[in-house]
Amino acid sequence: MSKVHTVSSKEPLFHMIKRDGISAGKAWAIRLIAVVLSLIVCAVVIVAITHQNPLEVYAGIISGAVGTKRRIWVTIRETLLLLLVAIGLTPAFRMRFWNIGAEGQILLGGIASAGLMIAFGNVLPGWLLLLLILVASMIAGMIWGLIPAIFKATFNTNETLFTLMLNYVAMQLVTFCIVYWEKPAGSNTVGIINGDSKAGWFPALFGSDYGLSVILVLAVTLLVHIYMKYSKQGYEINVVGESQNTARYAGINVTAVIIRTMMISGAICGLAGAVVVSGASHTISTSTAGGRGFTAIIVAWMSKFHPGAMILVSLFLVFMQQGSIQIASQFGLNENASDIITGILLFFLIGCEFFIRYQLEFRKKKQEKEVQA
Amino acid sequence: MNILMTFIQKAIAQGVAILFGATGETLTEKSGNLNLGIPGIMYMGGIAGLMGAFFYENHTTDPIPLAGMLISLLCTLVAASIGGLIYSFLTITLRANQNVVGLALTTFGVGFGNFFGGSISKLAGGVGQISVATTAKAYRASFPVLSKIPVLGQLLFTYGFLTYLSVIIAVIVTFMLLRTRVGLNLRAVGESPATADAAGIHVSLYKYVATVCGAAIAGLGGLYYVMEYLGGTWSNNSFGDRGWLAIALVILATWNPVHAIWGSLVFGGLYILDIYIPGLSRAGKELVKMLPYVVTIIVLIITSKRSKLENQPPASLGNSYFREER
Repeated sequence: MSKVHTVSSKEPLFHMIKRDGISAGKAWAIRLIAVVLSLIVCAVVIVAITHQNPLEVYAGIISGAVGTKRRIWVTIRETLLLLLVAIGLTPAFRMRFWNIGAEGQILLGGIASAGLMIAFGNVLPGWLLLLLILVASMIAGMIWGLIPAIFKATFNTNETLFTLMLNYVAMQLVTFCIVYWEKPAGSNTVGIINGDSKAGWFPALFGSDYGLSVILVLAVTLLVHIYMKYSKQGYEINVVGESQNTARYAGINVTAVIIRTMMISGAICGLAGAVVVSGASHTISTSTAGGRGFTAIIVAWMSKFHPGAMILVSLFLVFMQQGSIQIASQFGLNENASDIITGILLFFLIGCEFFIRYQLEFRKKKQEKEVQA
Repeated sequence: MNILMTFIQKAIAQGVAILFGATGETLTEKSGNLNLGIPGIMYMGGIAGLMGAFFYENHTTDPIPLAGMLISLLCTLVAASIGGLIYSFLTITLRANQNVVGLALTTFGVGFGNFFGGSISKLAGGVGQISVATTAKAYRASFPVLSKIPVLGQLLFTYGFLTYLSVIIAVIVTFMLLRTRVGLNLRAVGESPATADAAGIHVSLYKYVATVCGAAIAGLGGLYYVMEYLGGTWSNNSFGDRGWLAIALVILATWNPVHAIWGSLVFGGLYILDIYIPGLSRAGKELVKMLPYVVTIIVLIITSKRSKLENQPPASLGNSYFREER
């Protein structure tokens, strides 16, 4: 009897088991709980700082994100941008290649777009210039993705740190270009490029300035989804990601796959640079990428690379970001409040994945009953 | 000669914050955790130390420098450790992806620093520019007699105590990693957690302690920047990319904090080199500023190509460990 008792008391309170699988409904329920919890924590934080009614604060967030027609478009635009970068990162991540250099790849795409707009703004016809911008930005991003890929494939150089460093090289390239492109002289900014002629700007489609961006992003999303799911190359990427040895055994040229995939990934991120510069801001600065390259990593990873989920996650993050910018100005806080809120949201969303992958088995009461009996 | 002296002094001043970060990150990485949240943690440490000193100085009529120093030191260590704990809990206990958690922590930490740095004066009732002169003076105090010695004294003894502390901590951490039982166990955890586990080492405990201590050390880098470099004030985003440079320095030093000591000097020098090269155009300056990152990339490539075992990153770096999954 007493022996049974000692065994049961030594058993830990709970232990974790890896789940074999989880129904989609249950997984989303867990995520929903995480979102609700994170919103509560955010509310507590905001109230502690502003001493405002939390409901009022959330009303402020909603109004900031979708309160006016302009704000709705900004939210849509930011969501699409984040989505585009996340989509661009997907092939690399599927291959277990940690491309955290999206920030730099976006900047390179941005440099290409801005440079072409400045150089050929009054020379080429609008449609040709636009086409050139799209192609050049993709090539620029591609080169920035290609460099670490070559070293990863040949020397197995750590790609996380390599791509991270390239971000800062890209930022310095931007400041380097600004020296030549600044307008007015001495301002250290490029200003709005081609403000009068609008050469190289994305034309308005369906009555919106961002119509073309919407089409581009959705098209790329669809293409990448099909590429990853139904093409032979997409399959190869998945095999390399699961196990490089298996891939080699199956006769897949791993080096070629790594280089090819990173070229695609970089090109899409470069395109995102064109969407920012030609499609939205019409200028370039070191904050053109604005941390999207980093946030997109989290978006892609949390969505398990599923495009539908990516749209949802990007929308949620952008919604909260835009909302917190609004409450920051409404309650006289500085705009960095949105980073704190985004951070808290991310902690919860990242943490909840644990409960989707693992199950907690609590210590059973049964044995204790046996002891009593 | 004078310019060279100033250059070296300024390079050291730039390097100290990076050295703290690199030592902390090395300790963390040796346990197999690639903590990309270090830049955020350094922001958190910096602003917490500043706020601690600020509220102390504001609430006492005659602040004692030593007390302000201890309070800010404590606030920094606590805030940075909390950052490390968040990271540890998510990656070690909840087994979340390290890169993702690290980046989220950096977003959070930088926002945390800029938010409180930007609104601290407002929260305290609109006192304008925050300044903790008394405490900062204590941090900036250098050796009274030795610093007056020409050349040698100027070169070695004109810094506040945090500068020397950064070197001492780097040496201690290296000694701990390479010469003690605890260090051996920690390296085993970083190389192969399953093997370490089988040998009876408490893997999670080692990972937790290394990551939290690493974060605390890195936080001191933020404190150094705020107190000694800026002289007890805050300006948003001015800490810049030094946190990422700290992570780069870990590579340059090939995971050895003692190497990071001279490495930090190199980085510090490269960071300000553009000011000291005469006749450089504005565009040229921007290119020179690229050097720290380019040098890091080159070192990264060389170490990966030479593939000497002791120069490699810990084998399990970036992976979380689950005992039942082999």
